[in-house]
Amino acid sequence: MNEQATTGRQVLLQGNEAMVEGALAAGCTFFAGYPITPATEISEVMSVKLPAVGGTFVQMEDEIASMGAIIGASLAGAKSMTATSGPGFSLMQENLGFACVAEVPCVVVNVMRGGPSTGLPTNVSQADVMQARWGTHGDHPIIVLAVSTTKECFDITVKAFNLAEKYRTPVIILSDEVVGHTREKISLPHPGEIEVIDRIRPNMPPEWYVPYEDNSRGVPPMGIFGDGYRYHVTGLVHDVRGFPTQRPDEIVPFLNRIHRKISQHFFDILMVDEELTEDAEILVVAYGSVARSARRAVREARERGVKAGMMQLITLWPFPRQILEPYLSRVKAVLVPELNMGQVSREVKRINQGATRVETINRIDGNLITPEEILVRLIKM
Amino acid sequence: MAEVTKLIHKYLRHDKKFPHVWCPGCGNGIVLGSLIRAIDKLGYEKDDVVLVSGIGCSGRLPVYVDFNTLHTTHGRALTFATGVKLANPNLHVIVIMGDGDATAIGGNHFIHAARRNLNLTAIIINNNIYGMTGGQYSPTTPYGALATTAMYRHIEHAFSIAELAVTAGAAMVARGTVYHANMLDKLIEKAIVKRGFSVVEVVSNCHTQYGRRNKLGGAVEMLRWQKDHAVRVEKTAEMGEEELADRFTIGVLVDRDLPIYTEEYKKIREAARAKMAAAR
Repeated sequence: MNEQATTGRQVLLQGNEAMVEGALAAGCTFFAGYPITPATEISEVMSVKLPAVGGTFVQMEDEIASMGAIIGASLAGAKSMTATSGPGFSLMQENLGFACVAEVPCVVVNVMRGGPSTGLPTNVSQADVMQARWGTHGDHPIIVLAVSTTKECFDITVKAFNLAEKYRTPVIILSDEVVGHTREKISLPHPGEIEVIDRIRPNMPPEWYVPYEDNSRGVPPMGIFGDGYRYHVTGLVHDVRGFPTQRPDEIVPFLNRIHRKISQHFFDILMVDEELTEDAEILVVAYGSVARSARRAVREARERGVKAGMMQLITLWPFPRQILEPYLSRVKAVLVPELNMGQVSREVKRINQGATRVETINRIDGNLITPEEILVRLIKM
Repeated sequence: MAEVTKLIHKYLRHDKKFPHVWCPGCGNGIVLGSLIRAIDKLGYEKDDVVLVSGIGCSGRLPVYVDFNTLHTTHGRALTFATGVKLANPNLHVIVIMGDGDATAIGGNHFIHAARRNLNLTAIIINNNIYGMTGGQYSPTTPYGALATTAMYRHIEHAFSIAELAVTAGAAMVARGTVYHANMLDKLIEKAIVKRGFSVVEVVSNCHTQYGRRNKLGGAVEMLRWQKDHAVRVEKTAEMGEEELADRFTIGVLVDRDLPIYTEEYKKIREAARAKMAAAR
């Protein structure tokens, strides 16, 4: 939340603007986008700020092109990003899968609005949780992070770039209309205070470079176009040299490795923000804008003697099962409020396996769940 | 022959990725040959060349050559190439597409890339059909032709790729054929050197999926058709409409100097820096 004191520059920013600041702090030098409500401010501010730091902003002809352009830029060495909302996010899915399979670091922001289809363009929603996980075809690994405050828009965007570079994967940030458009005062940390991670580049002689060879991390060093490590990049399933293959003994290790590189680093990737969970009897699991209402409801419930605890999910995918699971055998009930018909609650129930009672609050009318709605339920529970 | 062997050893991933996927007699190999000869003549370092393709038979072309190679999704090659070029304008970025790839699924990207005018080279191999998937009609399949999805006859009208590129604003547009291979070498070389978005449409043959079904013969007959129906642009002035009716032009259709995106963007950066400095 916003309480931590830093010595940085005090600014009043929208969530969308704070994402731009976070991206620049993380070293983003390329942004491609297409106008869409409620994400457009990210493009607008990028178009002003990126050229001033020597970067490049381009408005493409659609979101398919935006996604293609950020992959191309990343292959040529740039830290790249795009931002969109539901309909545009749908268009990005094919190329998002390419980035997963070709292991191209990049950051994709989806400022969620009401769906399906054109839906409710100016209203808040959290209904793209499952699309963020499974939107592109085929089994694929992905990292999805959710933000709930302006401060997190900054911090988590930095983190998203770091994870993308570290694990050579697209990272999706799920924001939403409320988070994107809420103005809050935050302190922007000084550049030296921020951890910035860059992709590991090959350092062996080029003729020894095997671009997709496994190693202990499961993340091969990444050559970039023009640096002397010529190799083939394809969306086809490929062998360790990057060339298309149909051999089962090459397909299986490849697909296993790209999943393993995420799964074996769970504890580096999983982020939650817990408050009052230690002795909680009712655990509230929330994310994004709803986490703001939930946090207040939990604090007020405590004042009324209800032993509620708050678990804000920042990492949505891979799902933070390892963190949530121990609570399920301990608490009397879990409450999952969210702005959809039950996408994260479905995952909680899947993990729960009947260990405790899981209740939900679902709102799909384009409005935020209020602290009161959650508080009333907590008292009843 | 010695010259050819030298180029094979210098540019092909001969020890890694052969045999190739193309049918005997396919025009794709001729285009690849022209491309390699053009790049060799220009003396570019292999590290500085990025070869980008989409999906289809043409999409497999980059895998065989020892450049930085990028085999993207269907129709989207130009979008990836745009990102590569913007991130590193010093790279020579060449995009290979097919007719369906560039003008059906990728049609929007094609016209906008032409309009945007990055310093990219687009080579479009036009064989009038979707070859890899088995002969379905494409945006360049002629009216009345047969295809596996037009078994009664094709009732749509074809795009003229080169003319489309001219209208969309490309800085240089040329058309060649795989029959006129020497000319193709020169057209591709000129297109690569051209500052701005350059397009080379290459009329090619798919005897397997298009020629066979439309009784146009094998590779040799289809190449002969190219020879008989292609007219050099320079010669069209002295030819009547009737004479030109069944023919198509080859050569450089348009060559114009337009502001290049990356050069223009440098000015945007200066303006942005000045504005930020003033605000401080």
